[in-house]
Amino acid sequence: MIKVEGLSKTFKVARRSSGFGEAVRSFFSPKFSEVHALRDVSFSIDEGEIVGYIGPNGAGKSTTIKVMSGILVPDKGECSIMGYVPWRDRVKYVKNIGVVFGQRSQLWADVPVMDSFELLRDIYKVQPANYKKSLDLLTETLNLGEILTTPTRQLSLGQRMRCEIAASLIHDPKILFLDEPTIGLDAMSKIAVRNFIKMINKEKKVTVILTTHDMNDIETLANRIIMIGKGQILYDGNLNNLREKFVTHKTVTVDYNENTSPLELDSASLLSWSKDRATYVVDIKKRGVSDIISELSAKLELTDVAVDSEPIEEIIIKLYKEHQV
Amino acid sequence: MKPYLAIFNLRMINGLQYRIAALAGVATQFVWGFMYIMIYEAFYHGFTGTQTISLEQLATYIWLQQAFFFFVLLWLKDNEIFDSITSGSIAYELCRPCGIYGFWFAKLIAHRLSGTLLRCMPILVIGFFLPIPYRLSLPPNFLTFILFLVTLLLGLIVVISLSMIVYVSVFVTMSPIGSFLIFSVVGEFFSGLMMPVPLMPIWLQNIVYILPFRLSGDLPFRVYSGNISTNDAIIGILTQILWIIGLIALGKVLLTKMLKRVVVQGG
Repeated sequence: MIKVEGLSKTFKVARRSSGFGEAVRSFFSPKFSEVHALRDVSFSIDEGEIVGYIGPNGAGKSTTIKVMSGILVPDKGECSIMGYVPWRDRVKYVKNIGVVFGQRSQLWADVPVMDSFELLRDIYKVQPANYKKSLDLLTETLNLGEILTTPTRQLSLGQRMRCEIAASLIHDPKILFLDEPTIGLDAMSKIAVRNFIKMINKEKKVTVILTTHDMNDIETLANRIIMIGKGQILYDGNLNNLREKFVTHKTVTVDYNENTSPLELDSASLLSWSKDRATYVVDIKKRGVSDIISELSAKLELTDVAVDSEPIEEIIIKLYKEHQV
Repeated sequence: MKPYLAIFNLRMINGLQYRIAALAGVATQFVWGFMYIMIYEAFYHGFTGTQTISLEQLATYIWLQQAFFFFVLLWLKDNEIFDSITSGSIAYELCRPCGIYGFWFAKLIAHRLSGTLLRCMPILVIGFFLPIPYRLSLPPNFLTFILFLVTLLLGLIVVISLSMIVYVSVFVTMSPIGSFLIFSVVGEFFSGLMMPVPLMPIWLQNIVYILPFRLSGDLPFRVYSGNISTNDAIIGILTQILWIIGLIALGKVLLTKMLKRVVVQGG
């Protein structure tokens, strides 16, 4: 469905340090440097997948999305999406995709949301019957109702984002690119957006590619992640495989009836201790968590046990460090 | 065509919302109109020979300029287009299945048309009831009126195809201020908005006739007032059409070039 090969893109960026002298100097001889936003990026995505595209700020996520949605022309490389080359067949190709840029708005600020939707309906030449069907579905699942008759200017961020996502789906696209769709949203709105993305992926078989900095988005949505750093792909694969590879420790917290002295365990270091609670960091490469718990329950009168694995953020940070991003 | 009509439609709806701006505009237009006519009245009184344009024709010329101000003025700019280039929200427009040129063109026509619809009526109506020499007179005959409408609409298209080139320049300069300042100062002078073209010295008129600017703010109004003959009006229409073809072709070529190397600003 999507095939990207050897994509490269460089930007020219003006550079100078601060201060008046520097400003004068660069007035006469401006200095530019090249930023390699993408270097030889290749991947392929099948129909119906949800792919989380992650990486630190400035890694090249948005650039990739922009190339894939036909906005930017790459310096090198090939890209074929549903048989189209996005930047070459732009007008024909974009009918099949929906794009949400979380930090920008596609709705007209001064008129009710409905007017913007109808504009999109006419731009994409959606049949009235189909339009009504998608609009009903979107209104119901994204809970738009009254929002539709309000001018965009007066919507809250969460309301606006729901409308933005709806706006990108009016023409029933096969592929949805979401560039930070949950940026700045509260927990409730995030969950609503996530559920919606899951729903359209399942029911309409829409292929979704989303970039985000919120690892919960990735954990609930994406079965596959592509990680990019400094314009290169660092990891492409299953989230669980990534976990297996990088999760080396788990935290075990136990509550027990009073015990006077700290209990040392093999292959686990004691993080904190009080007379009714202790926390251990277990090296799971050396010893299983269940083994630790059974030893603890043999020696102590346990009242509660909690096992926490490393949050995905930390795994990502490890990966970044490994690749020195 | 439908997408372009839709954007036109929405821009009209959007433009018709700004009522207070329109009221303020109408008031300003009246003040300017009276001021100009008074100045020329004073000049005409102190002048003994015959001018190439009578004071009555001039009054009509000036009222039409004021009524169709949004058709002719060059500093009118659609900030959304500039913002979309400088802030990068052009990204959204680029992922629509239609050409950016037509998209912007339709938007700009609607912008000017909605502004004019809100402003022209009070000026036209009151202008007809003013005492001579301030009165806005009727065109000499029906044919003149038709020619006026045709030149007026083609003039609007000339203005927009000219300004499209300025919009495209923002891809390079990243700020509309410079390009627009030069464009509007130069353009408005040569379109007769500051001084009616018939009152300019002959050598200056010769320059004016070479440039496209007068095709919007001068030609239609002089056709209406009968200052330009039917034959010359038809030549004017042909000139307008030629300029439109040339300017649109140039604008499209430049825009396509820019879009190839476009950098969408921001993350």
